[in-house]
Amino acid sequence: MVFTGCIGLVFIYLAIRKQYEPLLLLPIGFGILVANLPLTHLMEPGEGLLWRFYHYGIEWEVIPPLIFLGLGAHTDFGPLLSQPRLIFLGAAAQGGVYVTFFVAHAVGFSLEEAATIGIIGGADGPTTIFLAAQIAPQLLGACAVAAYSYMALVPIIQPPIMRALTTEKERKIRMKKSRKVPHLEKILFPIVATIVIVLLVPQSAALISMFMLGNLFRESKVVDRLTDTVQNSLMNIVTIFLGISVGATMSAETFLRSDVIFIFFLGLFAFMIGTATGILLAKLMNLFTEDKINPLVGAAGVSAVPMAARVVQKMGAEADKKNYLLMFAMGPNLAGVIGTVIAAGIFLTIFK
Amino acid sequence: MAEEVCAPLSGKVLSLAAEVGSSVEEDDEILVLEALKMETVVYAPCDGRLKEFKVKVGDQVEEDDVLAVIE
Repeated sequence: MVFTGCIGLVFIYLAIRKQYEPLLLLPIGFGILVANLPLTHLMEPGEGLLWRFYHYGIEWEVIPPLIFLGLGAHTDFGPLLSQPRLIFLGAAAQGGVYVTFFVAHAVGFSLEEAATIGIIGGADGPTTIFLAAQIAPQLLGACAVAAYSYMALVPIIQPPIMRALTTEKERKIRMKKSRKVPHLEKILFPIVATIVIVLLVPQSAALISMFMLGNLFRESKVVDRLTDTVQNSLMNIVTIFLGISVGATMSAETFLRSDVIFIFFLGLFAFMIGTATGILLAKLMNLFTEDKINPLVGAAGVSAVPMAARVVQKMGAEADKKNYLLMFAMGPNLAGVIGTVIAAGIFLTIFK
Repeated sequence: MAEEVCAPLSGKVLSLAAEVGSSVEEDDEILVLEALKMETVVYAPCDGRLKEFKVKVGDQVEEDDVLAVIE
């Protein structure tokens, strides 16, 4: 208990001093700290305050979809719609999720736990929490922290893999201009995508429908007040409750298990494989197309929006400073978010 | 002969990196755009003299908008 409490203090320190994802780590750290103080009953089922936050917010699946509502309102699907073939890269990068699922099961985790660990490879916090709360709540704290850490570590983890798998010449590929996306298409996309994805994977409906609703707010351009609220105020409010509840789940019994270290390793593995599969598919696609894709863009298929896309831009500019890959990388990046949600939906369909 | 410097991506003009009237060489920095909270430098496409900027700091530009003219 004392030790877990100290982890909370370390998180608070990292958040304030190092500004390492402070919006999340600060409430998470404080949540860990108070949940591990003796005799508080804060996490006592039916009684404690933090338990209520956790129960009604996360177990009832309210908070992660609300975060997706905000993310949808922040998202411009333009880059994805202008180059639809890049969607495949977002799908390929989910390879890490599935590979890790099998590996985690092989090293002794139950199927439900293995699925939750695999989803870390999407480096998508809300999706990881959403899935964990439903099929492996005992891993929620560890998996959430792992997912958010890898998101922050994207600029360190990805470049060596990207360098290893591409040649200087490939990194220099300049991509052809994308077409302009008409406004009507941007309005139709969230509606059509919701219908198609929900019909295919009904279990992903909670996240996808909120994400697309947020996006429809944005693109409709007639509800600026709602767009602004879900992007800012609502997002901030739910982030507070998400952080403190996730922190509070990390009591000594759930967090100080010997397999937590495995979770971190497997999550990292998932993320690295995802980066690699995205790049490799881009190279494969290049064998068949005239209009070459810069394979770096494939690395953005892991979600981690927009960090992964920024890394792609940086690596591309290192090889050729007049190469602007940022917007091309946003396509697979957004497809990656949707891909991770679909992967989570598939796991839910199987295990719930 | 004048050559136009076009925006490689949409974003906000963060700063102008060259002076109007000064001579620039190919690959010199012309201005800095910000997109997705990331700075992106736009370079000169050719040698010449920077005739004018078509944008000012803080402007929102779309892909392919003309940013400056070099002659």
